[in-house]
Amino acid sequence: MALTDKQIERYSRHIILKEIGVKGQKKLLNAKVLIIGAGGLGSPAALYLAAAGVGTIGIADADVVDLSNLQRQVIHTTANIGKAKVESAKEAMEAINPDVKVNVYQTFVDSTNIRELIREYDFILDGTDNFPAKFLVNDACVMEKKPFSHAGIIRFKGQLMTYVPGQGPCYRCVFKNPPPADAVPTCKQAGVVGAMGGVIGSLQAMEAIKYITGVGELLTGYLLTYDAIKQEFHKVKLPSNTHSCAVCGDNPTITELVDYAQPTCELKQKH
Amino acid sequence: MKITVAGVNKEVKDGLTIGELIQQENVETPEYVTVSVNEEFVDGQDRNEKSLKDGDVVEFLYFMGGGSHGFNR
Repeated sequence: MALTDKQIERYSRHIILKEIGVKGQKKLLNAKVLIIGAGGLGSPAALYLAAAGVGTIGIADADVVDLSNLQRQVIHTTANIGKAKVESAKEAMEAINPDVKVNVYQTFVDSTNIRELIREYDFILDGTDNFPAKFLVNDACVMEKKPFSHAGIIRFKGQLMTYVPGQGPCYRCVFKNPPPADAVPTCKQAGVVGAMGGVIGSLQAMEAIKYITGVGELLTGYLLTYDAIKQEFHKVKLPSNTHSCAVCGDNPTITELVDYAQPTCELKQKH
Repeated sequence: MKITVAGVNKEVKDGLTIGELIQQENVETPEYVTVSVNEEFVDGQDRNEKSLKDGDVVEFLYFMGGGSHGFNR
């Protein structure tokens, strides 16, 4: 389908890029991206993907907007406190760009529904805040052969990596198993600078856009870390040997999804 | 000997083990840090024995949460 005059104007800064052009913009308009978590990472990612004209954006989150979210979850507004995050996010995305179809899933994503949920999407963004969820997203994406962007943020630090089936290590290759509930601090206890979600969530959106348009090199096989205190990025080349991985390796021992019991709100800070 | 830790060149004593380096670098929650040396993972149980060599490239990979909660019980 040809782009309308309005679309040519709206996406003119994409279209003028030789790497994207009309062809790339059409790929974006035909693409389907699922964002799991409408929080610190999911907010900026959703805004940029909607603005970029990603044709279908799914957003999954069971929560409602809370006053304490607004320091970093920039897709939500003070007026939307108490409203479902997915509805609040849908409102914002549609207000930015009517080209975008937003699918909302106000649900707890778990082992019973995630595979079906991700199946219809081309690329998944992990915007979750706890390790059981991060392993669940990873394992489900490996099993369904879906590419996804993993990210995490804490205090003044953030990191992300991209998994593409058959092209390098998955999250479990690197981190093996979720840490015990009281072992590693989370944002709620340790804090996080709001703009960190902006930096890392925007990088996740960039990975999605690059995957869809086929431009450049993804963070497959790399973990990109960001330290805001030192104002430094560091790109870590990950080990390429994935043969022994419990989920994406040659002889996987994890063939069914697991819901690790770990109430995130009870994690305590170690330091 | 000279090694590279998280992208930074360091002068350390010969035969330094990964366990000693972890202490020296004040690595947070060391038991939950993934370590790679020259793009190979080093398992937890091998860290105290494994000595580093001149020119080794060491990376510490940390668990990081973040994002949104409320979709996983």
